[in-house]
Amino acid sequence: MRHLLSIEDLDRASIERICDRAASFAEVAHREIKKVPALRGRTVLNLFYEASTRTRSSFELAAKRLSADVVNFSASGSSVEKGESLKDTVLTLNAHKPDAIVIRTPWAGAAALVAQWTPAAVVNAGDGKHEHPTQALLDVYTLRQRVGDLDGASIWIVGDVLHSRVARSNVLAFQEMGAKVTVCGPPTLIPRHMEALGCDVRYTLEDLPSADVVYALRMQNERMDQAFVPTIREYAAEYQINGRRLRPHQVLMHPGPVNRGVELSGEVVDSPQAVITMQVESGIVVRMAVLYEVLAGRANVPAPTAEPSIA
Amino acid sequence: MSTSRPFDPASALVQAPAPPAEVLIASAHVLDPRAGIDAPHDVLVRDGRIAEIGAPGSIAAPPGAEVVDGRGRHLLPAFFDPHVHLRVPGQEHKEDIETGTRAAAAGGYCAVVAMPNTDPVVDSAPVLRSLRDAAARDARVAVGFMPAITRGLMGSELTEMAELRAEGALGFTDDGKPVVSAGMLRKALQYQRLAGGVIALHEEDPSLSGSGAMHEGAVSAMLGISGIPSVSESTMVARDAALAGYEGGRVHMQHLSCVESVRAVAQAKEIGVRVTAEASPHHLCLTDEAVRAGHAGHGLLDTNMKMNPPLRTEADRQALIDGLRSGVIDCIATDHAPHARDEKESPFEQAPMGTIGLETAFAAVHTELVVPGILPLALVVDRMTSGAALLDLPVPGIAADVPANLTLVDLAAEWEVGEDGYESRSENCCFAGRRLRGRILLTVAGGSVAYRERALVAA
Repeated sequence: MRHLLSIEDLDRASIERICDRAASFAEVAHREIKKVPALRGRTVLNLFYEASTRTRSSFELAAKRLSADVVNFSASGSSVEKGESLKDTVLTLNAHKPDAIVIRTPWAGAAALVAQWTPAAVVNAGDGKHEHPTQALLDVYTLRQRVGDLDGASIWIVGDVLHSRVARSNVLAFQEMGAKVTVCGPPTLIPRHMEALGCDVRYTLEDLPSADVVYALRMQNERMDQAFVPTIREYAAEYQINGRRLRPHQVLMHPGPVNRGVELSGEVVDSPQAVITMQVESGIVVRMAVLYEVLAGRANVPAPTAEPSIA
Repeated sequence: MSTSRPFDPASALVQAPAPPAEVLIASAHVLDPRAGIDAPHDVLVRDGRIAEIGAPGSIAAPPGAEVVDGRGRHLLPAFFDPHVHLRVPGQEHKEDIETGTRAAAAGGYCAVVAMPNTDPVVDSAPVLRSLRDAAARDARVAVGFMPAITRGLMGSELTEMAELRAEGALGFTDDGKPVVSAGMLRKALQYQRLAGGVIALHEEDPSLSGSGAMHEGAVSAMLGISGIPSVSESTMVARDAALAGYEGGRVHMQHLSCVESVRAVAQAKEIGVRVTAEASPHHLCLTDEAVRAGHAGHGLLDTNMKMNPPLRTEADRQALIDGLRSGVIDCIATDHAPHARDEKESPFEQAPMGTIGLETAFAAVHTELVVPGILPLALVVDRMTSGAALLDLPVPGIAADVPANLTLVDLAAEWEVGEDGYESRSENCCFAGRRLRGRILLTVAGGSVAYRERALVAA
């Protein structure tokens, strides 16, 4: 695997291979010295155009546990604020000879674009509302640990699907693993033609009891300004996953950070059905596996296919 | 103020002086659907005018005249584009009058109409005058201008339409932006009774299109890109057709992109509203699948496929083709919209909207619609010239004793778009890399040779 840009590029065997490798890294976290030398001497550059503490530190920790050197480059306070284009930023960073660039941007397709401009391996850590492939992989990994095989499982993704890259990547990944996915949320927050991804679309939680896994999305407060739902109160009344709605057999997931009392009630967050902290833990080992996949097989200094031109 | 001076159609188009053509195009297949010509002929151009049309081999070249072998080639009336962006003043890094009209000539056009969304906006007589002066120096083919309906394209105050008209305005448009306020457009339509000139409309309801970057459909859902719904266009087409009907005004709907808009124009025409419409080669030939079909996998997106209105679905494309065939859509207009490479070389959602189109319009429509037998060549030639009529200008035609506006094409010649670069200053072409059939060999515009394909230079 040269880059990880999109779940669309992965088949079931690749997803399983990454999950299996992640499982083999899991015990590292329990060692006294939480490090293996797999990527010693490699440089991983975190290039983040959006605020992110969790994903960035998860990648950072993953790289460090593999003994890679990590440089964090965030858009605020950098040349980006002085008007440098994405291309020029990447060409500049290439001079630091990174082996991998982990990139998050608010723009769909940007990670793929960056892959055109750098000889480094590119890992998409979120491109606009398009995809967040490592989130999907860590969610698949978590479910495989928790419930095993996903073939035939019913997974409901509930909430603001419209603005969610997690929803898109997870629909694709869960389906690739054999699950049947339903997305559910306010009609104003489900994109038209969402069923083109192969999932079912519902606007009420009426059939939620049939789900094996309930995956709640973060309801972002800033959506309130744009009148997507009348009030948070009404949103919670219609879509909140709470003790009344969550069945004992169901597994509850959430990409974090949770808004207690909005998309999830406090009681379900704290229930043993919730695997939310397990997801965070999985994040590190899955990202270790992804970095290993894109880096371990490579020659030390991969040559770019063509000298990027500054035009 | 010179509002008493009447609009003069004869001087509305401006072109740089060039030596009049002296050329015999021998034995080309001459096709001019309006003149009813569809057979091989000799066509002699003397002193920039069509002097004689005769049977193949019947006309001897006068001394000093160039002879162009037309055998196996088609001679058409040169095309007229009512909708291009020449980017002057203020955005000369994208295009200027010289490069834009060179692109037009290379595409077989004898005249283009420039939009006013420049910097500064063409919204006053002095700016219009300076542009006409520049065109009189630099334009290789005739250029006409459509100044803005509202000052600064801000949608709140009318421009001095009467004075602009007297200075040669072919019509008025806020292209690039809609006239959001119905009340504002109504005033423009009322004022049109004084000023004259068609009001051309970019139809889009910004409360529906929002921050959309492509057609709202299955592809945008897959890509997680905010969509521009087709109703953001069609509701405004319907609204403005109703306003035009109420005021008895005359409107032209620019770059229709969807089935609902075609329907709205058809209904308006049925009840006698004075409305015309155009469609662009990219909307006639491509769909939203092209946004990511250009490259395999990885979510890599092609910013040359980003334009406003956006490429829509196959059903929309078919509706545009049907509209062109039935005459609901009056003409083909390129909406030639150059952008610099560094502007397009950015993430899709950040890239500016637009594609260049002058150099590929005929070949694209010929390849996608004529070669497969979807539309007859004669209809395409009609729709690529009829834009002149919408603006009360003479339509380019092939007849004795008219100014020579001709283009010689090789319908069988295949070429790859972009392989030899572009005449335009910009290269943001949605057809880049495609193989097209139909090559412009020679363009005579306003009586002068404006373009000659390299093969023809050597000959």
